[in-house]
Amino acid sequence: MPTVKITIDGTQIEADSKRTIIEAAREHGIKIPHFCWHPKLSVSGNCRMCLVEIEKMPKLAIACSTQVADGMVVHTKNDRVVHARNAVMEFLLINHPLDCPICDEAGECKLQDYTYKYSTGYSRFDEDKVHKPKRIQIGPHVMFDAERCILCSRCVRFCDEIAGVHQLQFIQRGDHTELTTFPGEKLDNPYSMNVVDICPVGALTNADFRFKARVWEMSFTDTICQGCARGCNIELGVRNNEILRLTPRRNDDVNSSWMCDHGRLDTFKFVNAENRIKAPMVRKDGMLVEVGWDEAISRVASELKSFKKSEVAALGSPFATNEDNYVFQRFVKEVLGTKNVDFARHIVEGSEDTILLRSDKTPNSAGAAEVGIVPGDGGMSFDAIIEGIRDGKIKALYALEDDLAAIPGLAEVLPKLEFFVVHATNENSTTRYADVVFAAAAYAEKNGTMVNFQHRVQRIRPAVTTLELDRAMDGFEMSRWDKFASHNDKWGKGPRRDARSSWKIVAGVAAAMGTKFKFNTADEVFNEIVQRVESFKGLSYLKVGKKGTPLKTKTTVNVHA
Amino acid sequence: MSEEKSAIIRKKDLSLLERMYIPEIVKGMKLTISQMFTPTFTTQYPDERFQPPASFRGRPVLVEENGVERCVACGLCSRVCPALAIEVQAGETDLGKERYPEKFEINMIRCIFCGFCEEVCPEEAIIMSQEYELAFTKPQDALFGKDKLLVPIEKVQTRLDFLRTNR
Repeated sequence: MPTVKITIDGTQIEADSKRTIIEAAREHGIKIPHFCWHPKLSVSGNCRMCLVEIEKMPKLAIACSTQVADGMVVHTKNDRVVHARNAVMEFLLINHPLDCPICDEAGECKLQDYTYKYSTGYSRFDEDKVHKPKRIQIGPHVMFDAERCILCSRCVRFCDEIAGVHQLQFIQRGDHTELTTFPGEKLDNPYSMNVVDICPVGALTNADFRFKARVWEMSFTDTICQGCARGCNIELGVRNNEILRLTPRRNDDVNSSWMCDHGRLDTFKFVNAENRIKAPMVRKDGMLVEVGWDEAISRVASELKSFKKSEVAALGSPFATNEDNYVFQRFVKEVLGTKNVDFARHIVEGSEDTILLRSDKTPNSAGAAEVGIVPGDGGMSFDAIIEGIRDGKIKALYALEDDLAAIPGLAEVLPKLEFFVVHATNENSTTRYADVVFAAAAYAEKNGTMVNFQHRVQRIRPAVTTLELDRAMDGFEMSRWDKFASHNDKWGKGPRRDARSSWKIVAGVAAAMGTKFKFNTADEVFNEIVQRVESFKGLSYLKVGKKGTPLKTKTTVNVHA
Repeated sequence: MSEEKSAIIRKKDLSLLERMYIPEIVKGMKLTISQMFTPTFTTQYPDERFQPPASFRGRPVLVEENGVERCVACGLCSRVCPALAIEVQAGETDLGKERYPEKFEINMIRCIFCGFCEEVCPEEAIIMSQEYELAFTKPQDALFGKDKLLVPIEKVQTRLDFLRTNR
């Protein structure tokens, strides 16, 4: 890789000779303003915002498509460049409406930010602005406002290059140029909502999040998408203890800068849904009744003791974290003493693609197997457990959060159990058959790790508080409202549920059955996993960090990737 | 205590006239009596009401124009409020402004009448009125929703005119 030496604003930097000026500057922390350039898209060079002066070149050049050369001297802040930038901003703002008060992009808008940083602050334009269509549903999940568009073509290039479908194009000429879909088409590809993230202005906005909250009112928590085994890195936007939107976080090893619409829309609403399990429930006279934790735990402990070891089976969960599954498998092996432990796979054949989507619809099937949710010697696998229930050999089942009854054929089998205890976040078809339902914390309410299909460990972090957690005390991300709300402000709180992490519930049941696990926090569980499971050796929450880390060795687990 | 009292030093060389105090009493009475004939300025509240000038910052209200609030729920008032008194939830409307406040709540216990919300408002939708009678018996009563905040534009015209010329 030949490197060249260039000088940007007086600092000499070394850069790969294939880089453009904007890339080289970015790698060294020098920010050159830009609208149309995006690190993951081809260079278009139409916004002219990244104009810089290069010595010995007669005219200013755009940094996004000028390759670096040895001895190049670049100025990004001198008078000539500032003057040119002001002019570019003035042109962009001529026809841009003053929509900021009603625009969802406000607060994270490149044009807004650059207007503060690089514009003169006043307009010399007296004539009428060009009017174009507003409030257009350009696709099922995306709203389009033609007036706000600055014609950077990022969305066009995204559809062509990343999503691989040609759905967007510009029509007309001059200041009447307008973005549109091809005749009869909609912006409906499975990755359509990424255009919302890359749109530098509020022309393309999220239809689902439309007018829900202002950006500055939310806190943002780095976590992992639960939609499939890819484990896209995402941010949760939370206000008043309610998740309002998901946005992708850049991680070149996992999801580049993107995420799919399914993950973005369908994996967070259950957290604040009406049908959340708000407290542990025990079946009394055929009805599930909310009870205290102690009562539910002692009921489970006494019931499980009354069965023979061979009559009990346990199902971990590919939706639960490594910590949950690890404590669960220890509980099953050491306390229940059964070898019948496995977890249900949720593979939808043919649902994967070459971009992000995986056929495995669970976020942690690799991790569940890795930490020991596998049948012991002579123990039953998932199919055998189901057969066992059908034949009456298995009489009691303990399952972590997973909607088992939704798996075809299982709804008829589960009622045959004499005792069925399940962890659940929401009421679902499985909780209907359960004798005890433990209120499990959803992925946005707990700490933990998950392993994606590449065998990469990644962290999930809590963003929504349960009754046992406190936003300020437990290290949550805080919005301004969270920070300053007092106890008598009804806002800044939102509904909280009496849910607990599954590992904590399992440890409680184990204690009631006479075995104490000495875990206080999720990272204590993780530290034990690190000591006992070979592939996790040497890891810690700190090392996993925000972008995850690959597991040391790949154990021979049949991962349906 | 007694020691302290005895420690008060009295001027010893007072003249006879001074010791009689009569001129001083006359002086004082002269002032008192003269005040009896000057005009009074006490307002007999609540029988009489103080009419504040247009520059007065009373409770913040939302301007209602043609039966609709001007507010577009941009949330700037909520952001700028140093006391975090304002909560806004936006919703979508079929009107041209696209956005309206589904919920607009000011906690009048928190409000400090600084007028920042009025200053920051891009639509001149929230302004400080001339109303100053704000007493509550319950904290819940101090939560002013849209029902209490919306005021027809005619009633706040003086303040709007004041803002035109003085901002």
